[in-house]
Amino acid sequence: MSSSKPAPVGKAIDRGGFDLSAFKLGGWKYPAFWLAIGLILIGGFIPVFTGSNSWRETMFLILMAVSLASSLNIILGYTGYVSFGHIVFFGLGGYVGLYLITAHGWSLWTAALMGGLAAGTLALLLGKAILHLRGAYFALATIGVNEAVRTFINNFDLFGGAVGLEINFLVYKDYGGPATMQWLTYWAVFGLTLFIVVLSYGIKFSRFGLGLLSIREDEDAAMVLGVRTPSAKTWAYVLSAIVPGILGVIFFFRNSSIAPQEAFRLHRSIELIVMVMLGGQGTVLGPLVGATTYEALRSFLLTSPLFKDLQLAFAGLLLLLIVLFVPTGIVGWLRSRYRKLWRVLE
Amino acid sequence: MSQDNGVLLQLRNVTKEFGGLTAVSDVTFDLPQGQVLGLIGPNGAGKTTLFNCINGVFPVTRGQIIFRGVDMTGWKPYDVVSLGLARTHQIVRPLQELTVLENVVAGSCYGHEQRSLSQAEEIALEVLEFLHLAERRDQLAASLNVAQKKRLEMARALAARPYLLLLDEVLAGLNPTEIAEMVQVVLRIREQGVTILIIEHVMHALMNVSDRVIVLDHGELIAEGLPGEIVNDPKVIEAYLGDPALAEKLMSGG
Amino acid sequence: MEQLIASLADGLLLGFVYGLAAMGLTLIFGVMDVINLAHGPIIALGMFAMFFISGATGMGLNPYLALVIIAILGLLFGVCIYFIAVHRVLNAPHLSSLLSTFSVNMMIIGVGTAILTTTPRNLVFSIGSISLGPVTLLGTRLVAALIAILVAALLYLFLYRTQPGKAIRAVSNNRAAAELMGIPSTQTLALSFGIGTMLASIAGGLIATFFSFTILAGGVYELKSFVIVVLGGLGNPTGALLGGLILGGLEGIAPVFMPVSWVPVIEFVLFVVILMVRPTGLMGGGR
Repeated sequence: MSSSKPAPVGKAIDRGGFDLSAFKLGGWKYPAFWLAIGLILIGGFIPVFTGSNSWRETMFLILMAVSLASSLNIILGYTGYVSFGHIVFFGLGGYVGLYLITAHGWSLWTAALMGGLAAGTLALLLGKAILHLRGAYFALATIGVNEAVRTFINNFDLFGGAVGLEINFLVYKDYGGPATMQWLTYWAVFGLTLFIVVLSYGIKFSRFGLGLLSIREDEDAAMVLGVRTPSAKTWAYVLSAIVPGILGVIFFFRNSSIAPQEAFRLHRSIELIVMVMLGGQGTVLGPLVGATTYEALRSFLLTSPLFKDLQLAFAGLLLLLIVLFVPTGIVGWLRSRYRKLWRVLE
Repeated sequence: MSQDNGVLLQLRNVTKEFGGLTAVSDVTFDLPQGQVLGLIGPNGAGKTTLFNCINGVFPVTRGQIIFRGVDMTGWKPYDVVSLGLARTHQIVRPLQELTVLENVVAGSCYGHEQRSLSQAEEIALEVLEFLHLAERRDQLAASLNVAQKKRLEMARALAARPYLLLLDEVLAGLNPTEIAEMVQVVLRIREQGVTILIIEHVMHALMNVSDRVIVLDHGELIAEGLPGEIVNDPKVIEAYLGDPALAEKLMSGG
Repeated sequence: MEQLIASLADGLLLGFVYGLAAMGLTLIFGVMDVINLAHGPIIALGMFAMFFISGATGMGLNPYLALVIIAILGLLFGVCIYFIAVHRVLNAPHLSSLLSTFSVNMMIIGVGTAILTTTPRNLVFSIGSISLGPVTLLGTRLVAALIAILVAALLYLFLYRTQPGKAIRAVSNNRAAAELMGIPSTQTLALSFGIGTMLASIAGGLIATFFSFTILAGGVYELKSFVIVVLGGLGNPTGALLGGLILGGLEGIAPVFMPVSWVPVIEFVLFVVILMVRPTGLMGGGR
């Protein structure tokens, strides 16, 4: 245990995300990873096989929910910080993107990147400002930020104030007309979903991810272990904000308009938390399972004449039951129930 | 990094005040490389506070802390770690929902050597073996008993391969057999040349492991010397008079 | 200048009522470290209770007598919420209590929207107005402010002069120690939660005497309560009343200098900035 030996330089390179050898997987490698990818691929191609537009619309919403929930999971599930107003990144990204498209004629793709960049920048600034707050104080601050941005944009003439921004339908011609545009944006969201799931998996099994998990478990102890907690938290927040920012642009582009009320809906924010909780926070599969289940359930409730008016109340009841009886979510519950599946259900 | 005459850690007039209360007052001492320095004192003497000042949990009010020739006064805990210092907590703080192995890997890869995960795992397994925790590596830390958690706390600190190890009552709450085991562990760490600053109430154990002992009372350093001298020092005995149970331990330890 | 004074006076009167609502939120946080996200819908239920008890289409009882009934209903409702949604998650991480109280929020809004729709309602009720020099005060608002002060005073007396009140303060200081002293902590916590929702529903009832409302109307006042609570210090009831006055005063003065729609921007920016630099609130962290 002699201490003066310097680290061997060549070997010290962190192999980053996929350094799975560190966590003994025994005979089968990456089962959880391939399970997640497989599920998304199957789900993502359903609209192609069925050739149905309504399936495409359903899967669009599900994939979007999966990627939003997976993004939130990085700060909520891995790092243990309750970002209650996470939708602010979705809304801000959407606004920046639509502004660039409508006012400056940017293409969807560069505008989407700028939306992600704007969201990431906001998270970086917020990271410096509010991530030193713990527990309920941080949750409250994120609500405050969402409301502050919403009310500000409500007054911000450049972004259309309370009316918002609208896309001229002629713009869709550049993307092969409205029908092709819908497929195009569908594949974009599909790609983003794959990206965020791979990213979540990579983070979870990286050195950086271990630092985040340590912060979740005991932030002061993590600091004493040597985790640079302020920067680790900030980067987790930034990573969890970028994809929502990009998605905001794609969603509102497809939607053809954006307005403050729908862009910064606090309710949507909390629905995302419910999805993460339902599936199992801190696991890679959790947001995937949770978001799919929640969206499917919601569309069932919305279309069923019996539950239509009460869908919100049912969602609330579901949330209460999860919090009271299965706080670790579906995946967490399965993991503790079937120890053999521990490595499959990451 | 220059090593000042073999002195690893220097405290110069370190003072810590909380509001009007002085928890640590004007403490000055040197800790040479390779030594095991015992830190004793009655309850509330400011021992743990002093640890928290050294590793940066609390910023000091006045004074200087120099480690490996670097003035690290006012540094954050993670910056202090990067110079090669590790500590254990009196009340153990395992990362409950992570496995034993993950706990120790975290200690190793975030230690001053900045190991990659795979290297960190090798080191972690070695350390777990050393502390008889290897067979529990895939258990959640929350499921360990007190003695095991104490060893885990130790393993996590050791995996950082520190130059200086701060041990805060690693024997408290252990039964006599466990104490004997832990003392062996400390002795073996010492053999490997790691410098140790150790707070301990179990006197006979402390006397066995330390080269030198310093005594803190009401935040002030009241005595310093060889273990044998300290237990007979009238000032030390007086300090312990308010605490008969501890005084008894002190005496029996001599 | 006259316009400014009139506007300020009006804002301050509203501020007392806002403060009363916020007191409910901060009391619950102070005692059990729970941020009650069902606060807004409970305020809205207070409004509807007023509508049904004293509205023209309801039972037609005098609004100020109705407040007594609303208070009792609010208390009982809060105790129910405590046992259903809060008790089990008290020792769980913060996220659990945030989500469980939010689930209550969703259930109230869901059922409320289905039954009551979102058509705005209002109480046709007036008790004239008083003129003091240039300032004209609407009677309903003046009485509402006075009732808010009265309720706050009663709360103070209750917390400091009665056995259950002292128990609440003891549990809020240190639950474990209070239990050792033989204070029944579960009953005390349930009572505190009930009082918190009672204050919110009374505030809702008072607001209903001068503003129109829907089941969703509570959301605005919930956010105002957050701002006030942070101004006054989380867990500090006296601070909440002061915070209410600050917010009310701000809402009274600001529209003289800027478009009304900018006022919430100022409020929320203030809210985040105070959290950032002084999370214990402007009045300090005392209880």
